[in-house]
Amino acid sequence: MTDTLTNPAITRTIDARGSFCPGPLMELIRGIREAAVGDVIAVYSSDKGSKTDIPKWIEKAGHRLIALETREGYDEIVVEKTH
Amino acid sequence: MKRILILGGGVGGTLTANLLVKKLRRQLKAGEVAITVVDQTGQHTYQPGFMYIAMGGERAEKLQRSERGLLDSRVSLVVGQVEKVDEPTQTVHLADGERLGYDYLVLATGSRILPEAIEHFDTEAHHFYTAKAALELRHALDAFKGGRIVVAIAGMPYKCPPAPLEVSFLIEAELRQRGLREKSEVHFCSPIGRAFTIESVSEMVTPIFEQKGIEVHTFFNVESIDAERHVIASLEGEELPYDMLILVPPHKGQQFLIDSGLAPAPGGWLPTDRATLQVGGRPNVFALGDATDLPLSKAGSTAHFEAPVVTERIAAAIEGRAPGHKHGDYLGKVMCFFEIGDGKGTLLQFDYEHPPRPPKPNQLWHLGKIVFNKTYWHTVPKGRV
Repeated sequence: MTDTLTNPAITRTIDARGSFCPGPLMELIRGIREAAVGDVIAVYSSDKGSKTDIPKWIEKAGHRLIALETREGYDEIVVEKTH
Repeated sequence: MKRILILGGGVGGTLTANLLVKKLRRQLKAGEVAITVVDQTGQHTYQPGFMYIAMGGERAEKLQRSERGLLDSRVSLVVGQVEKVDEPTQTVHLADGERLGYDYLVLATGSRILPEAIEHFDTEAHHFYTAKAALELRHALDAFKGGRIVVAIAGMPYKCPPAPLEVSFLIEAELRQRGLREKSEVHFCSPIGRAFTIESVSEMVTPIFEQKGIEVHTFFNVESIDAERHVIASLEGEELPYDMLILVPPHKGQQFLIDSGLAPAPGGWLPTDRATLQVGGRPNVFALGDATDLPLSKAGSTAHFEAPVVTERIAAAIEGRAPGHKHGDYLGKVMCFFEIGDGKGTLLQFDYEHPPRPPKPNQLWHLGKIVFNKTYWHTVPKGRV
Protein backbone atom coordinates (compact mmCIF):
# COMPACT_ATOMS: atom_id res chain seq x y z
CA MET A 1 0.00 0.00 0.00
CA THR A 2 1.03 3.62 0.33
CA ASP A 3 3.60 5.13 2.63
CA THR A 4 2.01 6.45 5.82
CA LEU A 5 4.55 9.29 5.95
CA THR A 6 3.06 10.96 2.88
CA ASN A 7 -0.45 10.81 4.27
CA PRO A 8 -2.42 12.80 6.86
CA ALA A 9 -1.46 12.50 10.51
CA ILE A 10 -3.22 9.80 12.50
CA THR A 11 -5.99 11.28 14.64
CA ARG A 12 -6.60 8.21 16.76
CA THR A 13 -5.06 4.79 17.23
CA ILE A 14 -7.20 1.80 18.21
CA ASP A 15 -5.18 -1.03 19.70
CA ALA A 16 -7.42 -4.02 19.00
CA ARG A 17 -4.67 -6.62 19.37
CA GLY A 18 -6.03 -9.65 21.21
CA SER A 19 -9.61 -8.60 20.55
CA PHE A 20 -11.68 -11.64 19.64
CA CYS A 21 -15.02 -10.25 20.74
CA PRO A 22 -16.12 -7.72 19.58
CA GLY A 23 -13.05 -7.81 17.29
CA PRO A 24 -10.92 -5.29 15.39
CA LEU A 25 -13.46 -4.46 12.66
CA MET A 26 -16.18 -3.75 15.23
CA GLU A 27 -13.68 -1.52 17.07
CA LEU A 28 -12.96 0.33 13.82
CA ILE A 29 -16.68 0.81 13.08
CA ARG A 30 -17.06 2.26 16.57
CA GLY A 31 -14.06 4.54 15.93
CA ILE A 32 -15.48 5.72 12.60
CA ARG A 33 -18.86 6.43 14.17
CA GLU A 34 -17.21 8.55 16.87
CA ALA A 35 -14.81 10.33 14.47
CA ALA A 36 -15.24 13.53 12.47
CA VAL A 37 -15.02 13.63 8.67
CA GLY A 38 -11.34 13.86 7.73
CA ASP A 39 -10.11 12.04 10.84
CA VAL A 40 -7.53 9.33 10.25
CA ILE A 41 -7.77 6.19 12.35
CA ALA A 42 -5.11 3.52 12.74
CA VAL A 43 -6.19 0.06 13.91
CA TYR A 44 -3.76 -2.53 15.25
CA SER A 45 -4.99 -6.07 14.78
CA SER A 46 -3.44 -9.42 15.58
CA ASP A 47 -6.38 -11.17 13.86
CA LYS A 48 -5.17 -12.48 10.51
CA GLY A 49 -8.63 -11.98 8.97
CA SER A 50 -8.47 -8.20 9.47
CA LYS A 51 -6.21 -7.72 6.43
CA THR A 52 -9.10 -8.74 4.21
CA ASP A 53 -12.18 -8.00 6.39
CA ILE A 54 -11.32 -4.39 7.20
CA PRO A 55 -10.49 -3.20 3.64
CA LYS A 56 -13.72 -4.88 2.46
CA TRP A 57 -15.78 -2.91 4.99
CA ILE A 58 -13.91 0.33 4.23
CA GLU A 59 -14.76 -0.08 0.55
CA LYS A 60 -18.39 -0.96 1.25
CA ALA A 61 -18.82 1.99 3.65
CA GLY A 62 -17.09 4.35 1.22
CA HIS A 63 -14.17 5.47 3.39
CA ARG A 64 -10.51 5.66 2.28
CA LEU A 65 -7.90 3.01 3.02
CA ILE A 66 -4.63 4.87 3.47
CA ALA A 67 -2.26 2.12 4.49
CA LEU A 68 -2.03 -1.52 5.41
CA GLU A 69 1.30 -2.45 6.98
CA THR A 70 2.43 -5.70 8.52
CA ARG A 71 4.28 -5.09 11.79
CA GLU A 72 5.84 -7.56 14.20
CA GLY A 73 2.96 -9.84 15.22
CA TYR A 74 0.18 -7.56 14.04
CA ASP A 75 -1.17 -5.51 11.14
CA GLU A 76 -1.69 -1.76 11.12
CA ILE A 77 -4.56 -0.54 8.98
CA VAL A 78 -5.01 3.20 8.48
CA VAL A 79 -8.31 4.65 7.27
CA GLU A 80 -9.67 8.13 6.67
CA LYS A 81 -13.32 8.92 7.40
CA THR A 82 -14.55 10.56 4.21
CA HIS A 83 -18.23 11.25 4.86
CA MET B 1 -6.33 6.27 56.49
CA LYS B 2 -6.45 5.21 52.84
CA ARG B 3 -9.83 5.83 51.23
CA ILE B 4 -10.90 3.53 48.40
CA LEU B 5 -13.86 4.96 46.52
CA ILE B 6 -15.72 2.76 44.03
CA LEU B 7 -18.20 4.40 41.65
CA GLY B 8 -20.84 1.95 40.48
CA GLY B 9 -22.64 -0.93 42.18
CA GLY B 10 -22.80 -3.33 39.25
CA VAL B 11 -20.81 -6.54 38.88
CA GLY B 12 -17.41 -4.80 38.75
CA GLY B 13 -17.92 -2.37 41.63
CA THR B 14 -19.63 -4.80 43.98
CA LEU B 15 -17.17 -7.61 43.39
CA THR B 16 -14.14 -5.31 43.72
CA ALA B 17 -15.47 -3.98 47.05
CA ASN B 18 -16.06 -7.46 48.45
CA LEU B 19 -12.69 -8.78 47.24
CA LEU B 20 -10.94 -5.77 48.78
CA VAL B 21 -12.52 -6.62 52.13
CA LYS B 22 -11.04 -10.12 51.89
CA LYS B 23 -7.57 -8.79 51.02
CA LEU B 24 -7.50 -5.87 53.46
CA ARG B 25 -9.30 -7.40 56.44
CA ARG B 26 -6.56 -6.44 58.90
CA GLN B 27 -6.24 -2.86 57.66
CA LEU B 28 -10.03 -2.43 57.75
CA LYS B 29 -10.16 -3.67 61.35
CA ALA B 30 -7.35 -1.32 62.32
CA GLY B 31 -9.14 1.63 60.70
CA GLU B 32 -6.29 2.11 58.22
CA VAL B 33 -8.52 1.61 55.18
CA ALA B 34 -12.10 2.63 54.29
CA ILE B 35 -14.01 1.20 51.33
CA THR B 36 -17.04 3.07 49.94
CA VAL B 37 -19.29 2.21 47.01
CA VAL B 38 -21.38 4.94 45.37
CA ASP B 39 -24.39 3.76 43.41
CA GLN B 40 -27.08 5.87 41.82
CA THR B 41 -30.02 3.67 42.82
CA GLY B 42 -28.82 1.38 45.60
CA GLN B 43 -30.24 -1.49 43.57
CA HIS B 44 -28.07 -4.11 41.88
CA THR B 45 -29.47 -5.31 38.57
CA TYR B 46 -28.64 -8.57 36.83
CA GLN B 47 -28.76 -7.21 33.29
CA PRO B 48 -28.22 -10.49 31.37
CA GLY B 49 -31.69 -11.43 32.60
CA PHE B 50 -33.39 -8.71 30.55
CA MET B 51 -33.27 -10.82 27.39
CA TYR B 52 -35.14 -13.56 29.27
CA ILE B 53 -37.96 -11.15 30.15
CA ALA B 54 -38.55 -10.87 26.41
CA MET B 55 -37.77 -14.46 25.52
CA GLY B 56 -37.98 -16.73 28.53
CA GLY B 57 -40.66 -15.79 31.03
CA GLU B 58 -38.27 -14.02 33.42
CA ARG B 59 -39.72 -11.37 35.75
CA ALA B 60 -38.13 -7.96 36.33
CA GLU B 61 -38.42 -8.13 40.12
CA LYS B 62 -36.25 -11.26 40.17
CA LEU B 63 -33.42 -9.39 38.45
CA GLN B 64 -32.93 -6.73 41.10
CA ARG B 65 -31.71 -6.86 44.69
CA SER B 66 -30.58 -4.37 47.28
CA GLU B 67 -26.93 -3.44 46.76
CA ARG B 68 -26.55 -3.17 50.53
CA GLY B 69 -27.41 -6.84 50.91
CA LEU B 70 -24.74 -7.87 48.39
CA LEU B 71 -21.94 -5.80 49.91
CA ASP B 72 -19.88 -6.94 52.87
CA SER B 73 -20.98 -5.06 55.99
CA ARG B 74 -17.51 -3.46 56.20
CA VAL B 75 -18.14 -1.59 52.93
CA SER B 76 -20.00 1.75 53.14
CA LEU B 77 -22.69 2.39 50.55
CA VAL B 78 -23.66 5.88 49.45
CA VAL B 79 -26.71 6.16 47.20
CA GLY B 80 -26.36 9.18 44.96
CA GLN B 81 -25.73 10.55 41.52
CA VAL B 82 -22.11 11.38 40.69
CA GLU B 83 -21.75 14.81 39.13
CA LYS B 84 -18.01 15.23 38.83
CA VAL B 85 -14.60 13.84 39.72
CA ASP B 86 -12.31 16.66 40.80
CA GLU B 87 -8.85 15.23 40.26
CA PRO B 88 -6.71 18.03 41.77
CA THR B 89 -8.44 17.59 45.14
CA GLN B 90 -9.14 13.85 44.69
CA THR B 91 -12.80 14.44 45.44
CA VAL B 92 -16.02 13.10 43.93
CA HIS B 93 -18.97 15.51 43.88
CA LEU B 94 -22.49 14.12 44.15
CA ALA B 95 -25.61 15.84 42.83
CA ASP B 96 -26.97 16.34 46.37
CA GLY B 97 -23.87 18.32 47.32
CA GLU B 98 -22.05 15.56 49.19
CA ARG B 99 -18.27 15.41 48.65
CA LEU B 100 -16.32 12.18 48.93
CA GLY B 101 -12.51 12.17 49.00
CA TYR B 102 -10.42 9.30 47.71
CA ASP B 103 -6.87 7.97 47.65
CA TYR B 104 -7.81 5.20 45.20
CA LEU B 105 -10.66 5.58 42.74
CA VAL B 106 -12.36 2.67 40.94
CA LEU B 107 -14.57 3.58 38.00
CA ALA B 108 -17.11 0.80 37.52
CA THR B 109 -19.67 3.10 36.00
CA GLY B 110 -20.91 0.84 33.20
CA SER B 111 -22.46 2.03 29.98
CA ARG B 112 -25.73 3.75 29.18
CA ILE B 113 -28.03 3.25 26.25
CA LEU B 114 -29.20 6.08 24.02
CA PRO B 115 -32.17 4.97 21.90
CA GLU B 116 -33.00 8.67 21.47
CA ALA B 117 -29.82 9.09 19.41
CA ILE B 118 -31.68 7.40 16.51
CA GLU B 119 -34.70 9.35 15.30
CA HIS B 120 -38.00 7.40 15.55
CA PHE B 121 -36.41 4.68 17.71
CA ASP B 122 -39.06 5.19 20.43
CA THR B 123 -42.03 4.66 18.14
CA GLU B 124 -40.60 2.18 15.61
CA ALA B 125 -38.11 -0.08 17.38
CA HIS B 126 -37.99 -2.49 20.29
CA HIS B 127 -34.98 -3.50 22.35
CA PHE B 128 -34.16 -5.64 25.38
CA TYR B 129 -31.59 -3.52 27.23
CA THR B 130 -33.90 -2.49 30.09
CA ALA B 131 -36.51 -4.52 31.95
CA LYS B 132 -39.26 -2.18 30.71
CA ALA B 133 -38.19 -2.38 27.05
CA ALA B 134 -37.83 -6.15 27.26
CA LEU B 135 -41.37 -6.46 28.64
CA GLU B 136 -42.71 -4.22 25.86
CA LEU B 137 -40.93 -6.44 23.33
CA ARG B 138 -42.58 -9.48 24.97
CA HIS B 139 -46.00 -7.85 24.58
CA ALA B 140 -45.27 -6.95 20.96
CA LEU B 141 -44.24 -10.54 20.24
CA ASP B 142 -47.41 -11.80 21.91
CA ALA B 143 -49.44 -9.59 19.57
CA PHE B 144 -47.39 -10.54 16.49
CA LYS B 145 -49.41 -12.47 13.91
CA GLY B 146 -46.79 -12.82 11.19
CA GLY B 147 -44.63 -10.58 9.02
CA ARG B 148 -41.03 -9.54 8.70
CA ILE B 149 -38.96 -9.29 11.89
CA VAL B 150 -35.62 -7.52 11.58
CA VAL B 151 -32.95 -7.75 14.30
CA ALA B 152 -30.18 -5.17 13.85
CA ILE B 153 -27.51 -3.12 15.61
CA ALA B 154 -27.50 0.68 15.76
CA GLY B 155 -24.22 1.48 17.43
CA MET B 156 -20.85 0.23 18.50
CA PRO B 157 -19.89 -0.88 21.06
CA TYR B 158 -22.90 -2.54 22.66
CA LYS B 159 -23.44 -4.82 25.61
CA CYS B 160 -23.09 -8.56 25.05
CA PRO B 161 -22.11 -9.03 21.37
CA PRO B 162 -23.90 -12.40 21.02
CA ALA B 163 -27.25 -11.07 22.34
CA PRO B 164 -28.81 -10.00 19.01
CA LEU B 165 -27.96 -13.38 17.49
CA GLU B 166 -29.44 -15.16 20.49
CA VAL B 167 -32.63 -13.11 20.17
CA SER B 168 -32.87 -13.97 16.44
CA PHE B 169 -32.54 -17.69 17.22
CA LEU B 170 -34.98 -17.59 20.12
CA ILE B 171 -37.59 -15.62 18.15
CA GLU B 172 -37.36 -18.02 15.22
CA ALA B 173 -37.86 -20.96 17.57
CA GLU B 174 -40.85 -19.24 19.20
CA LEU B 175 -42.49 -18.48 15.84
CA ARG B 176 -42.20 -22.15 14.90
CA GLN B 177 -43.71 -23.24 18.21
CA ARG B 178 -46.60 -20.79 17.79
CA GLY B 179 -47.32 -21.90 14.23
CA LEU B 180 -46.38 -18.49 12.81
CA ARG B 181 -43.16 -19.45 11.06
CA GLU B 182 -44.76 -19.91 7.61
CA LYS B 183 -46.22 -16.42 7.78
CA SER B 184 -43.00 -14.80 8.99
CA GLU B 185 -39.49 -13.87 7.94
CA VAL B 186 -36.61 -13.34 10.35
CA HIS B 187 -33.69 -11.17 9.25
CA PHE B 188 -30.45 -10.55 11.13
CA CYS B 189 -28.19 -7.62 10.23
CA SER B 190 -24.54 -8.19 11.07
CA PRO B 191 -22.29 -5.13 11.38
CA ILE B 192 -19.39 -7.01 9.79
CA GLY B 193 -18.75 -9.31 6.85
CA ARG B 194 -19.92 -12.52 8.51
CA ALA B 195 -22.59 -13.60 10.99
CA PHE B 196 -20.45 -13.16 14.11
CA THR B 197 -17.19 -11.44 14.91
CA ILE B 198 -15.29 -14.56 16.04
CA GLU B 199 -14.52 -16.65 12.98
CA SER B 200 -14.91 -20.05 14.67
CA VAL B 201 -18.26 -18.97 16.17
CA SER B 202 -19.35 -17.52 12.86
CA GLU B 203 -18.58 -20.86 11.19
CA MET B 204 -20.67 -22.56 13.88
CA VAL B 205 -23.69 -20.22 13.67
CA THR B 206 -23.83 -19.69 9.90
CA PRO B 207 -25.30 -23.17 9.21
CA ILE B 208 -27.70 -22.63 12.12
CA PHE B 209 -28.95 -19.40 10.51
CA GLU B 210 -29.35 -21.33 7.23
CA GLN B 211 -31.10 -24.26 8.87
CA LYS B 212 -33.49 -21.92 10.68
CA GLY B 213 -34.11 -19.92 7.50
CA ILE B 214 -32.94 -16.64 9.04
CA GLU B 215 -31.56 -14.32 6.39
CA VAL B 216 -28.24 -12.71 7.37
CA HIS B 217 -27.39 -9.28 5.94
CA THR B 218 -23.69 -8.53 6.31
CA PHE B 219 -21.99 -5.12 6.62
CA PHE B 220 -25.25 -3.59 7.83
CA ASN B 221 -24.76 -0.97 10.57
CA VAL B 222 -28.05 0.81 11.17
CA GLU B 223 -27.82 4.56 10.70
CA SER B 224 -31.45 5.70 10.51
CA ILE B 225 -35.11 4.66 10.58
CA ASP B 226 -37.63 5.80 7.97
CA ALA B 227 -40.80 5.66 10.06
CA GLU B 228 -43.17 6.33 7.17
CA ARG B 229 -41.86 3.55 4.97
CA HIS B 230 -40.90 1.21 7.86
CA VAL B 231 -37.40 0.87 6.47
CA ILE B 232 -33.98 0.97 8.13
CA ALA B 233 -30.94 2.39 6.35
CA SER B 234 -27.33 1.39 7.00
CA LEU B 235 -24.24 3.56 7.09
CA GLU B 236 -23.02 1.37 4.22
CA GLY B 237 -25.89 2.76 2.12
CA GLU B 238 -28.41 -0.10 2.05
CA GLU B 239 -32.06 -0.30 3.09
CA LEU B 240 -34.19 -3.05 4.62
CA PRO B 241 -37.96 -3.00 5.27
CA TYR B 242 -39.48 -4.37 8.48
CA ASP B 243 -42.83 -5.07 10.13
CA MET B 244 -41.25 -5.50 13.54
CA LEU B 245 -37.88 -3.95 14.33
CA ILE B 246 -35.62 -5.08 17.18
CA LEU B 247 -32.69 -2.72 17.38
CA VAL B 248 -29.68 -2.71 19.70
CA PRO B 249 -29.52 0.96 20.76
CA PRO B 250 -26.34 3.07 20.70
CA HIS B 251 -24.31 2.89 23.94
CA LYS B 252 -22.02 5.45 25.60
CA GLY B 253 -19.99 5.86 28.77
CA GLN B 254 -21.17 8.18 31.54
CA GLN B 255 -21.35 11.89 30.76
CA PHE B 256 -19.66 12.91 34.05
CA LEU B 257 -16.52 11.04 32.95
CA ILE B 258 -16.33 13.28 29.87
CA ASP B 259 -17.15 16.41 31.91
CA SER B 260 -14.43 15.50 34.44
CA GLY B 261 -11.78 15.07 31.74
CA LEU B 262 -11.34 11.36 32.41
CA ALA B 263 -12.83 10.04 29.15
CA PRO B 264 -12.90 11.58 25.68
CA ALA B 265 -16.10 12.71 23.94
CA PRO B 266 -18.24 11.58 22.26
CA GLY B 267 -18.05 7.96 23.44
CA GLY B 268 -17.08 8.56 27.04
CA TRP B 269 -15.10 5.32 27.30
CA LEU B 270 -12.21 5.45 29.78
CA PRO B 271 -8.72 5.07 28.29
CA THR B 272 -7.66 2.00 30.24
CA ASP B 273 -4.41 0.05 30.29
CA ARG B 274 -5.19 -3.45 29.02
CA ALA B 275 -3.02 -5.12 31.70
CA THR B 276 -3.01 -2.87 34.77
CA LEU B 277 -6.54 -1.42 34.25
CA GLN B 278 -5.22 1.99 35.28
CA VAL B 279 -6.92 4.96 33.63
CA GLY B 280 -4.83 7.23 31.43
CA GLY B 281 -1.58 6.39 33.25
CA ARG B 282 -2.93 7.51 36.64
CA PRO B 283 -1.42 5.26 39.34
CA ASN B 284 -4.45 5.44 41.67
CA VAL B 285 -7.41 5.41 39.25
CA PHE B 286 -8.72 2.12 37.85
CA ALA B 287 -11.56 1.15 35.52
CA LEU B 288 -13.32 -2.10 34.81
CA GLY B 289 -16.37 -3.49 33.06
CA ASP B 290 -18.31 -1.64 30.39
CA ALA B 291 -16.75 1.73 31.32
CA THR B 292 -13.35 1.00 29.75
CA ASP B 293 -12.26 1.52 26.15
CA LEU B 294 -10.69 -1.96 25.99
CA PRO B 295 -11.45 -3.95 22.82
CA LEU B 296 -13.40 -6.55 24.80
CA SER B 297 -16.99 -7.66 25.20
CA LYS B 298 -19.05 -5.25 27.25
CA ALA B 299 -20.37 -7.91 29.58
CA GLY B 300 -20.56 -8.69 33.28
CA SER B 301 -18.11 -11.52 32.68
CA THR B 302 -15.39 -9.05 31.65
CA ALA B 303 -15.87 -7.09 34.89
CA HIS B 304 -15.94 -10.35 36.83
CA PHE B 305 -12.46 -11.30 35.63
CA GLU B 306 -11.07 -7.77 35.87
CA ALA B 307 -12.12 -7.20 39.50
CA PRO B 308 -9.39 -9.43 41.03
CA VAL B 309 -6.74 -7.41 39.16
CA VAL B 310 -8.04 -4.03 40.37
CA THR B 311 -8.27 -5.50 43.88
CA GLU B 312 -4.75 -6.92 43.84
CA ARG B 313 -3.23 -3.70 42.48
CA ILE B 314 -4.90 -1.51 45.10
CA ALA B 315 -4.10 -3.94 47.93
CA ALA B 316 -0.48 -4.14 46.80
CA ALA B 317 -0.16 -0.35 46.68
CA ILE B 318 -1.62 -0.03 50.20
CA GLU B 319 0.63 -2.77 51.55
CA GLY B 320 3.67 -1.25 49.82
CA ARG B 321 4.49 -4.32 47.75
CA ALA B 322 4.55 -5.29 44.08
CA PRO B 323 1.34 -6.80 42.69
CA GLY B 324 1.30 -10.58 43.00
CA HIS B 325 1.85 -12.86 40.05
CA LYS B 326 -1.63 -14.41 39.97
CA HIS B 327 -3.81 -11.33 39.55
CA GLY B 328 -1.20 -8.63 38.92
CA ASP B 329 -2.18 -8.18 35.28
CA TYR B 330 -5.45 -8.66 33.42
CA LEU B 331 -4.95 -11.13 30.57
CA GLY B 332 -8.19 -10.38 28.76
CA LYS B 333 -10.20 -13.31 30.11
CA VAL B 334 -13.91 -13.34 29.21
CA MET B 335 -16.38 -16.21 29.41
CA CYS B 336 -19.99 -16.17 28.29
CA PHE B 337 -22.83 -18.47 27.40
CA PHE B 338 -24.42 -18.28 23.97
CA GLU B 339 -28.06 -19.37 23.45
CA ILE B 340 -28.80 -21.08 20.14
CA GLY B 341 -32.54 -21.72 20.67
CA ASP B 342 -34.48 -25.00 20.97
CA GLY B 343 -32.99 -25.49 24.43
CA LYS B 344 -29.39 -25.52 23.25
CA GLY B 345 -26.42 -23.32 23.97
CA THR B 346 -22.63 -23.12 23.83
CA LEU B 347 -19.83 -21.37 25.70
CA LEU B 348 -17.35 -18.71 24.57
CA GLN B 349 -14.17 -18.50 26.60
CA PHE B 350 -11.12 -16.52 25.53
CA ASP B 351 -8.37 -14.10 26.51
CA TYR B 352 -6.00 -11.74 24.70
CA GLU B 353 -3.85 -14.67 23.53
CA HIS B 354 -6.37 -17.46 23.05
CA PRO B 355 -9.37 -17.32 20.72
CA PRO B 356 -12.54 -19.12 21.78
CA ARG B 357 -13.11 -22.70 20.70
CA PRO B 358 -16.82 -23.09 21.38
CA PRO B 359 -18.11 -26.62 22.01
CA LYS B 360 -20.87 -27.98 19.76
CA PRO B 361 -24.18 -26.51 20.97
CA ASN B 362 -26.02 -28.77 23.39
CA GLN B 363 -28.57 -28.69 26.19
CA LEU B 364 -25.90 -28.65 28.88
CA TRP B 365 -24.65 -25.16 28.06
CA HIS B 366 -28.21 -23.84 27.87
CA LEU B 367 -28.89 -25.31 31.30
CA GLY B 368 -25.56 -23.90 32.46
CA LYS B 369 -26.77 -20.42 31.57
CA ILE B 370 -30.08 -20.94 33.38
CA VAL B 371 -28.31 -22.22 36.51
CA PHE B 372 -25.85 -19.32 36.35
CA ASN B 373 -28.75 -16.84 36.10
CA LYS B 374 -30.40 -18.36 39.18
CA THR B 375 -27.27 -18.68 41.33
CA TYR B 376 -25.67 -15.36 40.33
CA TRP B 377 -26.71 -13.58 43.53
CA HIS B 378 -24.90 -16.06 45.76
CA THR B 379 -21.76 -16.43 43.68
CA VAL B 380 -20.41 -13.60 41.51
CA PRO B 381 -20.95 -10.39 43.55
CA LYS B 382 -19.67 -12.11 46.68
CA GLY B 383 -16.50 -13.34 45.03
CA ARG B 384 -17.28 -17.05 45.43
CA VAL B 385 -16.52 -17.94 41.80
